[in-house]
Amino acid sequence: MAQAFAITVNGERHEVEADADMPLLYLLADELGLKGPRFGCGLAQCGACSVLVNGREVRSCVYPAASTAGAEVVTAEGIAAADGSPHPLQQELIAAQAPQCGFCYGGMMVKAAELLAANPDPSREEIIAHMDGHLCRCGTYPRLLVAIERAAGRMRADA
Amino acid sequence: MTGALSSPAALSRRGLLKAGGVLLVGFSLAGKAAAQFGPLPGPDRDAIDSWIMIHADNTATILIGFVELGQGATTALPQVAAEELDLGMDQVRTVADETEVTPFQGGTYSSSAIANGRPQVQRAAAHARAELLKRAAQRLGAAPDDLVITRGVVSVRGDATRSVSYGELLGDRPFEVTMDGEALPKDPSQYRIVGQRQARADLAEKVMGTFAYVQHKRLPDMLHARIIRPRGQGAYGAPPQLLSHDASALSAIPDARVYRQGNFLAVLADSEWHAVKAARLVDAQWDIPASLPDSNDLYPAMREAVMETRVVLEEGQAGAGVHSAAFTSETPYQAHATMAPNCAVADVKDGKARVWASSQDIYALRRSLADLLGMEQLDVTVQFAEGSGTYGHSLYDDVALGAALLSQKLGRPVRLQYSREDEHGWDTFGPAHIGKVAIACDAAGKLTDYEYEGWQHSWAFTETNDQLARGTAANGWPMGPSRSVNPAVCGGMYALPRRKLVDHVLDTAHWPRGAWLRSPLDLSFAFASEQAIDDLAAQLGMDPVAFRRLNIADHRWQGVLDAAAEAAGWNGPQSNASGGKLTGRGVGLGTHLQGWGGAVAEVEVEPESGRVRVTRLWGSLDAGCTVNPDIVEAQITGQLVQTVSRMLHEEVRFTPQGVTTLDWNSYKVARFSDCPEITPVIVQRLDERSTGAGEEVMAAAAAAIANAFHAATGKRMATFPFTPDRVKAALAAS
Repeated sequence: MAQAFAITVNGERHEVEADADMPLLYLLADELGLKGPRFGCGLAQCGACSVLVNGREVRSCVYPAASTAGAEVVTAEGIAAADGSPHPLQQELIAAQAPQCGFCYGGMMVKAAELLAANPDPSREEIIAHMDGHLCRCGTYPRLLVAIERAAGRMRADA
Repeated sequence: MTGALSSPAALSRRGLLKAGGVLLVGFSLAGKAAAQFGPLPGPDRDAIDSWIMIHADNTATILIGFVELGQGATTALPQVAAEELDLGMDQVRTVADETEVTPFQGGTYSSSAIANGRPQVQRAAAHARAELLKRAAQRLGAAPDDLVITRGVVSVRGDATRSVSYGELLGDRPFEVTMDGEALPKDPSQYRIVGQRQARADLAEKVMGTFAYVQHKRLPDMLHARIIRPRGQGAYGAPPQLLSHDASALSAIPDARVYRQGNFLAVLADSEWHAVKAARLVDAQWDIPASLPDSNDLYPAMREAVMETRVVLEEGQAGAGVHSAAFTSETPYQAHATMAPNCAVADVKDGKARVWASSQDIYALRRSLADLLGMEQLDVTVQFAEGSGTYGHSLYDDVALGAALLSQKLGRPVRLQYSREDEHGWDTFGPAHIGKVAIACDAAGKLTDYEYEGWQHSWAFTETNDQLARGTAANGWPMGPSRSVNPAVCGGMYALPRRKLVDHVLDTAHWPRGAWLRSPLDLSFAFASEQAIDDLAAQLGMDPVAFRRLNIADHRWQGVLDAAAEAAGWNGPQSNASGGKLTGRGVGLGTHLQGWGGAVAEVEVEPESGRVRVTRLWGSLDAGCTVNPDIVEAQITGQLVQTVSRMLHEEVRFTPQGVTTLDWNSYKVARFSDCPEITPVIVQRLDERSTGAGEEVMAAAAAAIANAFHAATGKRMATFPFTPDRVKAALAAS
């Protein structure tokens, strides 16, 4: 049943084996020890497990690990620059003191990074529409919204 | 400074002080352990060493008994200590809460971390400061009054060359001082750190995605476990019976196994995915009694089931009323619905147990664990490890009991992770409520009489895993604050000639499991009470804010009412209809057990679809001395968003066989697009004692939303959540 394949996670290549039916989350969290993608529902409903696969956000709790053979996977740990300096979004999240428990941010951050990579100047409505599939139970949406807007501004200024 | 969870996992009190061989005061409790039924108190709370450690590098570790739930306790309490000790925020850190390492300060609930924790930490830090000052005076040959302290460096006033640091005075050695005398905390006029915005200690790791939650805890040779239960609980007192289970399909997963004790059933495997798959492969047959009313028939069933009626409060003589208002509300069970299904890791071996859990009260959990495992409390260690926000008693203790039981029986470390369905289906819910309020006022609008009757039940005491494994009885908590009609919310904000509050108590066993859910029952209380107040104001043709001002009890309530009204630019209900939408504004007052909350809401209703949006929400909070305004603003904001969620979306539903709202589609919560424009307002009172800030604005906001709905539509909602069907029905009613 197990399939062997290569996967690149946050720029690092791994040779892995995974059951054909195993979701990507279990490979990332249980076997590779990553902390960014988190189990929230296993139903692709909440977004706590989100990662980027070749730049597109997927719900790793249902996305088959074997489908990522040869792909580039980025988790919340991987949105920072290669030298470890924080992504503009991360800088603005700190400035806004946005997270509370922070559990949903593992997915929130990659979802927001996906938007910022594609749209340098998203409107408030575009941000809300893009992020609407991600739940935050602490109710940090207002500070998160401000942080995404300011991160976009910071990235435009740096561009 | 590092956050709490980055501290070494196997921390000992002695390990915290680098100097070896130091035996700390108050560490030995073994002699008393067996005789005590309740939780052991942990380290000696009268010893400075139980609270504060001064290190050679002139930093301090602050040991606090309150846990981090995302609410900022592990930043704000060190902030209190830094203030009293004259240290910088970069010179203080905390460690993970652990039984016998951190002092017991009470559970981290009822917004108590700052309300109760601040004076406790102040006392320890003031004693520590006095002791350090005394030792510095001896070292420097100067009178204590001639010394000044800056960032932990004590120097002679006017001669900075004569100085000594805390680290030099005490570095990594214990104080060995009992706090028996008096050491006064600083006068608030001298504050440099308290009352200031300080960044949260835990956010850097949380934002880099590297923060280790309890879900990330791994031990060598650890098994991953999942529980198997029926989908969704029935009545607390009627647990399901496991008739049989067939685990033969597990042969497909060589490392998977099943464990059964009584009605407790679990699977374990070497990898998490194998545990997930194994749980699906076990065929369990249950006897599930029809133990609940259908949630559509809930409220009539509650009215018929009253076990006892008792007066909570009765005082004063009614005045002569001219106008009267009566209102009855029915409000549902609501869930904690934590983002992370609960998880715990346990290692039980050689007569000792070590458990990592995200419990609000690690000492109470230790007692439950010792009882379940048949061990002495001092042989059980609980270390707090943060989970996701919990907003009250979710399944953190239940999962810890399950993990420990499995570890004990299998002889290996066990990580038990709940599924979404486990969490939603077996949560201990905030109980349903029926509220009946009757009030009166005189011709001038002065309130003359106030009565509130509440129908509800108390909380479940026995965790489900204990109930299933051992058949432990479905004991309930006795009635008390947070499960009884709340005098602070039910009329407490008004000067009332007469007030009568009554509980119609239901038995806990016949309903879904109950527990505290952020601002327990207060949303329901304020929803009924403050709508009746608005109704009286309308009868007199008075502005709802003016009517409240006329009747308000004291300047603290006046302060939050004015703060919310001013922030919102209050100018009446502003009822308006245009573009197929009805809009209006409403006001509300409320709190939890202490503190003062006010709110103004702006609501938009689409009559055709029945859709309601809260478009703007202002929440004001007087929490006495607000230690960290940035954290408190975040707490107010979170409360307001969660209140929108509870008013518009959240409802636990069930059939007689069990709960059916088992995921985020069937149990909806507020999304990004539901989030109003939010304005948090702090009424800062540095000279007052702190009263907590985690749940004191929700009741006010619930009331404000209900009153805004009325301002928009002219109709009153008698229940929440305001679902489209209910809204359309309310609008159609004559």
